[in-house]
Amino acid sequence: MLGNTQKLHDLITKFLFFILVLLAFSACRQKQEITEGRADLAISPDNAGIKVPDGFGVIKVADSLGAPRHIAVNSNGAIYLKLRKPIDGEGILYLEDQDGDGIADTKKGFADYGGTGIYVDDNYLYASSDEEIFRYKLNADGEVTEPYTADTLVTDLVAYRTHATKSFTLDGEGNIYVNIGAYSNACQEEDRTLGSPGVMPCAILDSAGGIWKFRADKFKQSYAEGKRYATGLRNVVGLDWNFKLNKLVVTQHGRDQLNTLYPDLFDQKTSANLPAETMYIINEDDDAGWPYIYYDHYQNKKILSPEYGGDGKKTAGENAIDPIATFPAHIAPNALLFYTGEMFPEEYKNGAFIAFHGSWNRAPEKQEGFLVAFVPFMNGKPSGEWQVFADGFAGLEEVFSPSEAKHRPTGLAQGPDGSLYVSDDSGGTLFRIVYTEQ
Amino acid sequence: MVNIKLLKDIIPGFSFVLTTIFLLNSCNSSGKKKESSTNTNIQNVSKPVTKAELPPYLSEGKKVYRQVCLTCHQANGGGVPGLNPPLIKTDYVLGDKNTLLEIIIKGSEADLARDKSEYANVMQGYGMLGDEDIANVASYIRNSFGNKAEPITASEVAAFRSAIKK
Repeated sequence: MLGNTQKLHDLITKFLFFILVLLAFSACRQKQEITEGRADLAISPDNAGIKVPDGFGVIKVADSLGAPRHIAVNSNGAIYLKLRKPIDGEGILYLEDQDGDGIADTKKGFADYGGTGIYVDDNYLYASSDEEIFRYKLNADGEVTEPYTADTLVTDLVAYRTHATKSFTLDGEGNIYVNIGAYSNACQEEDRTLGSPGVMPCAILDSAGGIWKFRADKFKQSYAEGKRYATGLRNVVGLDWNFKLNKLVVTQHGRDQLNTLYPDLFDQKTSANLPAETMYIINEDDDAGWPYIYYDHYQNKKILSPEYGGDGKKTAGENAIDPIATFPAHIAPNALLFYTGEMFPEEYKNGAFIAFHGSWNRAPEKQEGFLVAFVPFMNGKPSGEWQVFADGFAGLEEVFSPSEAKHRPTGLAQGPDGSLYVSDDSGGTLFRIVYTEQ
Repeated sequence: MVNIKLLKDIIPGFSFVLTTIFLLNSCNSSGKKKESSTNTNIQNVSKPVTKAELPPYLSEGKKVYRQVCLTCHQANGGGVPGLNPPLIKTDYVLGDKNTLLEIIIKGSEADLARDKSEYANVMQGYGMLGDEDIANVASYIRNSFGNKAEPITASEVAAFRSAIKK
């Protein structure tokens, strides 16, 4: 009896040891594979002109892509890009890297409409025009094989000249959150017109100037079938679902032209530096205050808009939410991405990357913000000031007009290995930022 | 031969005048205001050398441009891709004068909106500016940023205004 127990004990010990060795070996092997994978990457010797922190490298995945806006990388590492305007009838591009050097080798295209939003999950690719959101079935390899049979999920959203693009994201529970930008700067009776008063109440907010929520599995939804999830947001181009918080997080483009519309209240320099670009955590039915207020990051206050009687000092918007982070004025946050990858160092985990498109409304001051920023997060809140993560996209020391900038960051996506992809809708380039140290 | 000799005689004289101007100027700027009357004469002498080639609408038009146009159309006239149209080598700036005057006076909502995806921002009309200011700024943008086109006069602006009133 005793002998048998001893034997069993020995056997279990041996078995456990065997498992341990196996585990160690496979871990070793996995690490080696990752390292080998990175060794093959064709990192640009000058990081493609982009300045990144020590230990990071940049690969130029592709160029001459037209004007790629938002981007999405699927589980096999292939990249979907939404073009502002279709080229030869193709408004979505699909890039694949066949030999593992990080540089795209093949390019396919489909979808004959322009737009900004794109998103991919395990089963579908989602993309938006300025009025609609479509869904395409993916095959087992993550490819769209029937581009002509897209489902129309959302339709008939308002789209005028201003802030027409429809950025969106999903929450993993079958809901789509879409930005419907306000077709106005500050809801004046005559848009961007000296002396024209603000409309009270701002009627634009009925159908725009907020985030609308729709189902990802119902067809032909419009305002009646959706819900206004949040209001008082002038134009949100960058948004992402934060799975750690289980909440929507958005970045807003702040209002323009304080000086040109109210020269008696704001000089050119003040107007170049106000208001803040803002990041908000959104709860259902939140109001961020546009057009009645703007956020002044020098006074750290919500200030009454001059269109509604403000003078640069009077506060307002007691019921409007406060931003969780602020950025310099006019630099245009065009994409937001919460980093969940394993590749980058620990301090980046769960933090926010923001692609800034760069300013125009700072003239005659020099233009700023052609960069990718990072905001560290801890316990669901920013845990430090924003920092420049990748810079030098403009290709110039000083930019006085955005048309001079070589590249303008517009879209962000995370690859399955944790790489960060950055699209540029000015030079038509796609960059991939990798961490090269072990 | 005679001409060259004459020129040689004139050049040292000219340099002398320049030196005098320079000295007088620096005297003046160091605070001796009593010489102001002589100084005015000298500035009149030097005026044709520095200013003759530039028509006044360039400097006057630039002032208006900086005040009302520059924020959107930018210092280089290049506009902002996707938002505000460029003023460089385009029909609506260099073509028919009335096309440009209509945009300046009435704004762009109606006319440039043809391709709504191209330039998203609306432009207000600047009809509240005087004929002279409009003529100057229109002539300035028609002859800046590499543009070259016939300037527009204040009376042409007035004629356009009365034509659209009818």
